[in-house]
Amino acid sequence: MTVSPAAALPPNGPPAPRRRRLGRKLAPWLFLAPGAIMFLVYVIIPIGQSIRISFFDWDGLSPKVWTGLSNYAELWGDPAFYTSLKNNVIWLVLYMLAIPAGLAIALFLNQTVRGIRIYKSLFFFPFVISQVVVGLIFSWFYAPGFGLFFEMTKWFGGEGVAVLANPDTVTYGIIAAGLWPQIAYCMILYLTGLNAVAPDQIEAARLDGAKGLKMLWYVVLPQLRPATFIAVVVTVIGALRSFDLVSIMTDGGPFGSSRVLSFYMYEQALSEYGYRMGYGAAIAVVLFAIMMIFISGFIWKMWRDEKGL
Amino acid sequence: MFPRPVQSMSPAARTTYQIALPVMLILWLLPLLGVALTSVRPSSDLAQGNYFGVPSYLAFSNYLDVFRNSPFASYMLNSFRVTIPTVIGAVALSCLTGYALAVYRFRGNLIVFFLFVAGNFVPFQILMVPVRDLTVTMGLYNTITGLALFHIAFQTGFCTLFMRNFIKALPRELIEAARVEGVSEWQIFWHVVLPLVRPAIAALSVLVFTFIWNDYFWATVLTTGAGTQPITAGLQSLNGQWVAAWQLVSAGSILAALPPVAMFFLMQKHFIAGLTLGAVK
Repeated sequence: MTVSPAAALPPNGPPAPRRRRLGRKLAPWLFLAPGAIMFLVYVIIPIGQSIRISFFDWDGLSPKVWTGLSNYAELWGDPAFYTSLKNNVIWLVLYMLAIPAGLAIALFLNQTVRGIRIYKSLFFFPFVISQVVVGLIFSWFYAPGFGLFFEMTKWFGGEGVAVLANPDTVTYGIIAAGLWPQIAYCMILYLTGLNAVAPDQIEAARLDGAKGLKMLWYVVLPQLRPATFIAVVVTVIGALRSFDLVSIMTDGGPFGSSRVLSFYMYEQALSEYGYRMGYGAAIAVVLFAIMMIFISGFIWKMWRDEKGL
Repeated sequence: MFPRPVQSMSPAARTTYQIALPVMLILWLLPLLGVALTSVRPSSDLAQGNYFGVPSYLAFSNYLDVFRNSPFASYMLNSFRVTIPTVIGAVALSCLTGYALAVYRFRGNLIVFFLFVAGNFVPFQILMVPVRDLTVTMGLYNTITGLALFHIAFQTGFCTLFMRNFIKALPRELIEAARVEGVSEWQIFWHVVLPLVRPAIAALSVLVFTFIWNDYFWATVLTTGAGTQPITAGLQSLNGQWVAAWQLVSAGSILAALPPVAMFFLMQKHFIAGLTLGAVK
């Protein structure tokens, strides 16, 4: 694709240099304005507003009542909050399995046999479909009586396991559903990364007698670092954003045991039991603070990369 | 190439690999295959407890039933009505912002850029109450426009990240040469840069399409009822109505998954380029 820019343009006389300098100073802000204003109104400002609302008692309609830190004080003694927080930690830890699992599938598929492209696409499939559909698929998979998984546990253990009905297993059942698309995402990142691994380095290492896991660890993985970085970013964000699956598969139950912070916030702020916007906002602020730790880390790394250019 | 190509291994290993591929694929997609099979199982089979055996006949009528006894068509249409304007809006805005951040050196450039990036990663819940409030105040609660406006704004963050990096990787001489010719800034954007970012536009379009089509959270926060809700939220409420009518839930799920799946298969290359954020080549 070649474009000869000068030829494609109408012949404009060069404008006066002063006007042009001013134009070039203003131009970036004019280009930025529409997108930046939208983003400011819908994303940046609401973050500040949420933090403010978390200091009020508010049902969304009547006037807000300033209550200082009382929402946070209430969180401190709220067992449902701790259940959600604990589940978020479990999500975060187990979600990380998507990275090695994705790498394993990518290595398995990184061959050039006939039809491999279609295999790669089909393995990637779970990521393309919505979490609502993934949630419904796994609800069916686990369903006592109808579900394939339930049936399989019956064959192996004699008694079927109703994963989603048991407070001790429900979170793990939902995480397994979430891992399915997440592994697919990590797989595609690594497949793309493996394409770019320098073949001469592999050959050289092979001549030196490196193979298998050693080769993977010392030669291949260092070259896959950009893929790993993005895999970590999207997996952390994905784990902490988990809402859809919890809402679809269990609605937080049984007995609220599968709640996560994002879901608990929604429940408090917009539930049928009355709107507790202030309390919900406080939960959101806690989740935001946790996420900011990771986001700052990512931004810091990107910043360093920018400066290194 | 890593791992070693199977072609260079023993015939036994090669055969094992050829067999392992389809077996692994079936295991991987087992839940999906189960649902696909359930979607064509007649309800009489389910009533008799035939959940896993061969269906007594292929009941494609389940798919028709989904449309017949629910506002399914309306939900699907709403999804398109939210998704398409969002794709156009977010991609258009990010072409502008991406260009501004990639081409000009000005104070605060990196800060603005990282605000877009960071905003793109925040949890939705920190935005929920104020965005809902804003939408209600503008009289756009429970409208397609209200939902699409938010999506456009939020997706602009991700799209700006991608677009800025893409434009930054273009040869700078093109822009410099046009400037020497005295071409105005807007003309440079329109005639020089825009034709070159077409691959990025394609990648972002398929990705944003998929993200928005699959959105569930904002659909439940900003809309209610079959007149405005997209398919994700619709499917959830239908799931409540079709208690244990798994053949309908399955058929509905498959239908809801089709548009993004079709998008993916049609534009696979672009889709993957977008997902890797352009960072992994």
